[in-house]
Amino acid sequence: MQHVAIADQPDELHDPQSFIAKYVWSQDHKVIAIQYGGTAIFVGLIALVLSGLMRLQLGFPDTFDFIDPSSYLQFVTMHGMIMVIYLLTALLLGGFGNYLIPLMVGARDMVFPFMNMLSYWVYLLSVLILLASFFVPGGPTGAGWTLYPPQAILEGTPGYDWGILLMLVSLAVFIVAFTMGGLNYVTTVLQARCRGMTLMRMPLTIWGIFTATVLGILAFPALLVSAIMMILDKTLGTSFFMPVLVSLGESLEYTGGSPILFQHLFWFFGHPEVYIVALPAFGMVSDVLSVHARKNIFGYRMMVWAIVAIGGLSFIVWAHHMYVSGMHPAFGFFFATTTLIIAVPTAIKVYNWVLTLWRGNIHLTVPMLFAIGFIFTFTHGGLTGLFLGNVTIDLPLSDTYFVVAHFHMVMGVSPIMVLFAAIYHWFPLMSGKMFNETLGKWHFWCTFLGTYAIYLPMHYLGFLGVPRRYFAMGTTNFIPESAQTLNAQITIAALLVGLSQLIFLYNILWSLRYGEKSKKNPWGAASLEWQTPDQPPRHGNWGPELPEVHRWAYDYSVPGVKEDFIPQNHPVTAEERTDGEGGHA
Amino acid sequence: MKLLKVLGTKPWLHDTEAGGVAAYAGPDNEAAARIALRFVLAIVGVLFFLFIITFLSRSQYPDFEALAGAPWQPFTDPTRLWFNTSLLFMASVAMQWGLGGTRQGKLNVAVTGISAAVFFTLMFIVAQMDLWLHLQSMGYYITSNPANSYFYVLTAIHALHLIGGLVILSNVVFRVWYDNKLESLAAPLQLCTTYWHFLFGVWLVLFALLSSRPETINALAAMCGF
Ligand code: HEM
Ligand SMILES: [Cu+2]
Repeated sequence: MQHVAIADQPDELHDPQSFIAKYVWSQDHKVIAIQYGGTAIFVGLIALVLSGLMRLQLGFPDTFDFIDPSSYLQFVTMHGMIMVIYLLTALLLGGFGNYLIPLMVGARDMVFPFMNMLSYWVYLLSVLILLASFFVPGGPTGAGWTLYPPQAILEGTPGYDWGILLMLVSLAVFIVAFTMGGLNYVTTVLQARCRGMTLMRMPLTIWGIFTATVLGILAFPALLVSAIMMILDKTLGTSFFMPVLVSLGESLEYTGGSPILFQHLFWFFGHPEVYIVALPAFGMVSDVLSVHARKNIFGYRMMVWAIVAIGGLSFIVWAHHMYVSGMHPAFGFFFATTTLIIAVPTAIKVYNWVLTLWRGNIHLTVPMLFAIGFIFTFTHGGLTGLFLGNVTIDLPLSDTYFVVAHFHMVMGVSPIMVLFAAIYHWFPLMSGKMFNETLGKWHFWCTFLGTYAIYLPMHYLGFLGVPRRYFAMGTTNFIPESAQTLNAQITIAALLVGLSQLIFLYNILWSLRYGEKSKKNPWGAASLEWQTPDQPPRHGNWGPELPEVHRWAYDYSVPGVKEDFIPQNHPVTAEERTDGEGGHA
Repeated sequence: MKLLKVLGTKPWLHDTEAGGVAAYAGPDNEAAARIALRFVLAIVGVLFFLFIITFLSRSQYPDFEALAGAPWQPFTDPTRLWFNTSLLFMASVAMQWGLGGTRQGKLNVAVTGISAAVFFTLMFIVAQMDLWLHLQSMGYYITSNPANSYFYVLTAIHALHLIGGLVILSNVVFRVWYDNKLESLAAPLQLCTTYWHFLFGVWLVLFALLSSRPETINALAAMCGF
């Protein structure tokens, strides 16, 4: 438990000199954040390509010889798992969590920098193990991202031999990495805040990341437990999950385990996982909206309570993913009710975002566009969630494209929107450069409109009964011909959206090299991360003196004050005092 | 309720009303490590809790045969388990003793205590492995029954946590060795000791569970609704 930690000294003293110490084996949270982010975006692009391949097959069946039913399932699985775990979780917490926590709470670094560095390298290891499964005999697993036994480890499922093992091991390694990072995030938030940074003065970004990390710490063990037991079922032949069964005419040795047990474990992790992704996004979008609307966030306390309440509730709704596996009606009722109750704090948040915009001085910058786009996509996905939360509606819709449309809106596209908002918003801080505004706007409109072109029709396909995870529609002849036309259109939209991400990559890479130098604090943000002496902040973040915080992060357009924002570390002045209670509207 | 009080403050008010700038004790490594340990214990606790829940659930399937109950079952007579338990207990006691010595600045007590703790912990792990061999020699293989599978898995995971503890402990000790400052040992050693006690507690729970008779297991499972 010994550690070097916070090292409250001016940065010169321990600024690493060599390239390797500075950028490779770095213990600086900012470098680690960029490493996390770069790796996550890299695997995310692989997942994006996989989705393009799936769409090609769905839109134009019988055209592409290299996609057979097995490889289709492998694409689905790897796409889903990479997107959820290795891209979103890693980028939101490992990337933005790492970058923003110390800067936003006024610390020099994470409290356990060495463990933080280890966290990244272990994460990279998990990614490499995952990618290795593309090269082993049989290829990656095609069991679906839910990896349900018994099929996941039985002959007949693609990658049942090596692929699934590598997947499970990679997940276990990822969990180790997450835990090491997560311990840092929670402890830093609790222990390393600067003078005056009370919990309720933290920006919502930090509340979101903090709560999500706590969820992860409590939920990932469930995935670890199921991964361990499934690995044993596969390699040693135990029967934790595997029922007595006959496979390809051969009766297997399994003595009668419970596949449903796996489903419970998986979703006890899987549902909180949705919020592990969503809560940091909620927090970051709140801050982006507030900064670019030049208005304090509406209902700050309510926002914090909602984050905490959603986090708590997310542990008692998991079985809404299991309605079709059959359960006692009383349980169905319970899980439907808790699911619908979560909608209350969630809706409060949506109202508050909208009310933050109301009568704000809205600047339609690129980050703001993405943040507003998020309000649309999230509301949209959230509403279909209310349908699926009801047992009777879920039963016919489950495993159709309606579900695919729902979860892509709510946890696929929405967090991605926030990630783009966040990348554009904090890019000047991280790089010291400005990105190209025009390209950014193009990127936004292609992505936002494209999203609707992809997913809106999918709801309709779901109503028609088009099944999910199908290589081809086959003999499902109750589905009208027109569905295929729609599928082709979706594919074209998806490819365009995929391509338009090149605009983003180009913009980022170009701006890093040739971008205009950014003004200090270009958006006029009040929160602490923009108040560092240097931009981008140097090792140790704060120069010789740690900052001192005197106010919350949302003092925008305060009446009677000349500037339209007051930084958090700005002392309270007499002039402010005179016009009412601290000059707050 | 401290949390409620925190959540009730009004951050838009200035200094004093919202907790002011005084509520700050400076970055504190020891406190940070204490908090991190609490989270570690929570994670480990959740991990074993989930294993135990699945154990209870799995126990209600017809192929499950508890390891105690019938006279021929290995843990109907838990003497060996008691022996192993006493080893881990000694490790915990030795840690506590070494910690006491460290606090009083008695180098020899500290060294003896920690060495004894390491010794007993290693002995415990060896004894657990010997128990594995013993069970295997009696034909209780990991796949022959879900109760056996759980026995092997739970003991292995528990032992891995002890080994993790040993790694951290040696790190702590060597650091102090380098710095040559006994005072700086007390705080991290306290955390290690807490971890050891915690793992001892976990082991007691596992022990109770693994050596429970079928009736007890069924009753527990019924309480959980399985
Ligand atoms: C342009 C962007 C995307 C496109 C075109 C796309 C497309 C698809 C397609 C075609 C499927 C397979 C449906 C099926 O056959 O059942 C799928 C599944 C999935 N996608 Fe995406 N997707 C995109 C982005 C994302 C993102 C950002 C996430 C992050 C959460 C995500 C998460 C998933 C998951 C979890 C599955 C389910 C995998 C499974 O059924 O095992 N997708 N996606
Ligand atoms: Cu859910």
